[in-house]
Amino acid sequence: MAEFKEAPPGATMVEKTTVWFENRFPTAFAEYKKHLSEYYAPKNFNTWYFFGSLALLVLVIQIVTGIFLVMHYKPDANLAFASVEYIMRDVPWGWLVRYMHSTGASAFFVVVYLHMYRGLIYGSYRKPRELVWIFGCAIFLCLMAEAFFGYLLPWGQMSYWGAQVIVNLFAAVPFVGPDLALLIRGDYVVSDATLNRFFSFHVIAIPLVLLGLVVAHLLALHDVGSNNPDGVEIKAKKDANGKPLDGIPFHPYYTVHDIMGVSVFLMVFTAIIFFAPELGGYFLEYNNFIPADPLKTPAHIAPVWYFTPFYSMLRATTDPMVNVFVAIVALGTVGSLLKGGFSGKAKVGIVIAGLVAIALLKVFDAKFWGVVVMGGAVIILFFLPWLDRSPVKSIRYRPNWHKWLYGIFVVFFFVLGYLGIQPPSEIGTLVAQVGTIFYFGFFVLMPVWSQIGEFKAVPDRVTFQPH
Amino acid sequence: MSDSAAALAAEGTVDNGRRTWIAITCGAGAVGGIAAAVPFVSTFTPSERAKAAGAPVQVDISALKPGEKLTVEWRGKPVWIVRRTPEQLESLKKLDSQLADPHSDRKQYPTPPYAKNEYRSIKPEFFVGVGICSHLGCSPTDKFTPGAQPSLPDDWPGGFLCPCHGSTFDIAGRVFKNKPAPDNLEVPPHMYLSDTVLLIGEDKKA
Repeated sequence: MAEFKEAPPGATMVEKTTVWFENRFPTAFAEYKKHLSEYYAPKNFNTWYFFGSLALLVLVIQIVTGIFLVMHYKPDANLAFASVEYIMRDVPWGWLVRYMHSTGASAFFVVVYLHMYRGLIYGSYRKPRELVWIFGCAIFLCLMAEAFFGYLLPWGQMSYWGAQVIVNLFAAVPFVGPDLALLIRGDYVVSDATLNRFFSFHVIAIPLVLLGLVVAHLLALHDVGSNNPDGVEIKAKKDANGKPLDGIPFHPYYTVHDIMGVSVFLMVFTAIIFFAPELGGYFLEYNNFIPADPLKTPAHIAPVWYFTPFYSMLRATTDPMVNVFVAIVALGTVGSLLKGGFSGKAKVGIVIAGLVAIALLKVFDAKFWGVVVMGGAVIILFFLPWLDRSPVKSIRYRPNWHKWLYGIFVVFFFVLGYLGIQPPSEIGTLVAQVGTIFYFGFFVLMPVWSQIGEFKAVPDRVTFQPH
Repeated sequence: MSDSAAALAAEGTVDNGRRTWIAITCGAGAVGGIAAAVPFVSTFTPSERAKAAGAPVQVDISALKPGEKLTVEWRGKPVWIVRRTPEQLESLKKLDSQLADPHSDRKQYPTPPYAKNEYRSIKPEFFVGVGICSHLGCSPTDKFTPGAQPSLPDDWPGGFLCPCHGSTFDIAGRVFKNKPAPDNLEVPPHMYLSDTVLLIGEDKKA
């Protein structure tokens, strides 16, 4: 505990008040310095770096609008649909709060996907920022859960059948699956019991976890410091006072800078809320304006756009696709035997692991493997810090063909997303299968390809042109 | 932390008896914690009310014409009663090679013995099945008209298409090969109370 300070003689009322608080709550002052006025961020941030603070803004929007929605919403299978329409029609300005919340959900994913992509291209997950990345991936998982639970609440046709499909994903798990699905639903079908517990998860359980993870994400970030588009560690070059030469205090420089990002974001955000809140069926699906009917699935059901890349991978996992997996596992096993340079014992281990994997692939249904593929596509992100072995962090200093690879990755992600919205078709499934294999190949083979090629020299200091 | 613990141990000031008690206390605490979790997890299971809501349903099928389908709710699920035309019944005979499980041998959704035949029904004309796809629980839509149409093969014999992931079923609810759904549509326990009244949810067991 620091000593009590005295305000200098002749101090103003404001100074005296500040000292009074500083003596009684020094933590607030120390944290303000640590996280804002004396948190040194690299000075060469570009547009990509807006999305972190924007994600925080959207989180606040979601929490505030959510609080107000709960005041009017009824989590009851008989009342839920009508209570949402009541918010839309009868509650003064209720439509605005609801559209802010529904548009906010999509905006959250837009911002977070861009934020993650920034991390991907600039190597922001590399040492020493592995935990920042892992907390971030956990936040992404929480967001997906939050979006999924929240989507059931309006109790429309898409809410109902979407929940039915996702809960049944768990039923595909061998042995315990059906019981697990029963435990999640709390009934033999998606029902009032399901709606009530999803409401509880959506408004309190997941948000608490989410907030904790956001705090961990930021604290860990502020401990190791931000990465930047050059992937240069600014802490390596400090001035006489121990401040990074290429760093500037977050406040006021980046707070003011981010206000610009916030302004642009709010222009787009409000334009959507006021002029196209359903965004052509992508943010709010048309079928969800029909009350849930347990006896009739809509003619075409698809998840909201932010889930569709992963949903495409689920649909792509058919029996022939599992045979392709078997072939890939076999090739991988043979390949690592020939080229891996492993010892005799390790080789035996690899052969056994390969055979076990093939046996499992053939024993369980393609349905189960579809679920594994869908989950694996998210979980594999957690391992990125250890998959990337390139000598440089940032894409700026990588071989040009790496940039093409990232480009193709993005194209496939969009294509998978598009296909997930479309009704199933043979050609679509084929393309989705190629996309799925590329997605996993990109990550699984990363330890190999990320080391290959001519890397450019990384500068000592960040590249920055004052303007 | 561990350094200071090691230093204490070196000085011989660690009371191992107390350490043991700490370990035992932690273990007992963990057991208590797990025990306390049981009631909370149990609240996730279906309530007594949900369990009780599974009564059988009586259906009058006298008004059902050939080629028509009737949907009733049983345990919150759609149950279909399809009165099949002679052509539809005929179409079932030549499909075995295209089906994943033509004789309903898989055990995931066991087909009752009285429906374990070519038509998967007690009376060939009337098919009774749960209209929930065995893939992820969507309700398939009727595609009774044979022939080429969107999302279906050109030699489509008539049956059901799941709109979610494209699984197809014949008019007896048998799933076609190489589709996401692994199983045929479930045939619920059912029996005829009279020629025109069907009871769904119960059958004559011994």
